[in-house]
Amino acid sequence: MHRLLPHPILAPALAGIWLLLANSLAPGQIVLGLLLGWAIPFFTLRFWPEAVRIYKPLTLLRFTAMVLLDIVRANFTVARLILGNPQRLRPAFVIVPLELRSELAISLLANTICLTPGTVSALLAPDNKSLLVHALNTTDPDALAATIKQRYETPLKEVFEPC
Amino acid sequence: MLDYLLSFLILTGAIFTFIGSLGLARLRDFYTRLHGPTKATTLGVGSLLIASAVFFSTRGEGISLHEVLVTLFLFITAPVSAHLLSKAALHLRLKSLAALPEEAVQKNIGD
Repeated sequence: MHRLLPHPILAPALAGIWLLLANSLAPGQIVLGLLLGWAIPFFTLRFWPEAVRIYKPLTLLRFTAMVLLDIVRANFTVARLILGNPQRLRPAFVIVPLELRSELAISLLANTICLTPGTVSALLAPDNKSLLVHALNTTDPDALAATIKQRYETPLKEVFEPC
Repeated sequence: MLDYLLSFLILTGAIFTFIGSLGLARLRDFYTRLHGPTKATTLGVGSLLIASAVFFSTRGEGISLHEVLVTLFLFITAPVSAHLLSKAALHLRLKSLAALPEEAVQKNIGD
């Protein structure tokens, strides 16, 4: 099983992307998509050394919905900050210590931070133990780090790492 | 009715994209400028893409879902480029309004 299908989650995801690209649900396209989804992981094995495992799919769904809402909120927040007085902004660098160990989870967290209100991830420590985040406007960096940990890191940890 | 919905989506998209670009001009250092294009544009481009999907799906030639892919790739690539830009800026020690976390930068870049 492991040899024949190294990435059980990547395969259907690639097939889905192929069907979106082809914009059709014809049986031929489905077969082709599944074939590509099966074959491509073999060529990218070195890029994905570990198979991705999702331990709690429901938490992942809830997390995705929350992030989508946060993206919309982030747009309004940042739009307001840009249109307001730039002199009043209080930018700051915040160090967020990481508990996540899975590389995929860390990159998802960094991605999420960039998409959500007023923060851009700037630098990941070489030992993967902390993430440097730039905040557009904050008065309390510690509270911001705590929010990021509790709001985004905890669900990702539940989803991608065994308890 | 559909026309109004589409115009609303396109206008929203245009406004947010414009605000994102405006951020480049108005904000005062490299790191804060990164925030405009990475965020205000996701909703901007997002509503333009929804408008596109609705428009092409209602022309009677089947559903158009290419836009979902564009959104997916946009949400993957925009944060990655922002992250790399700010990482490069830290390497170059660009002038920043926020205090640079000297210790962390020193340890992590180590030059």
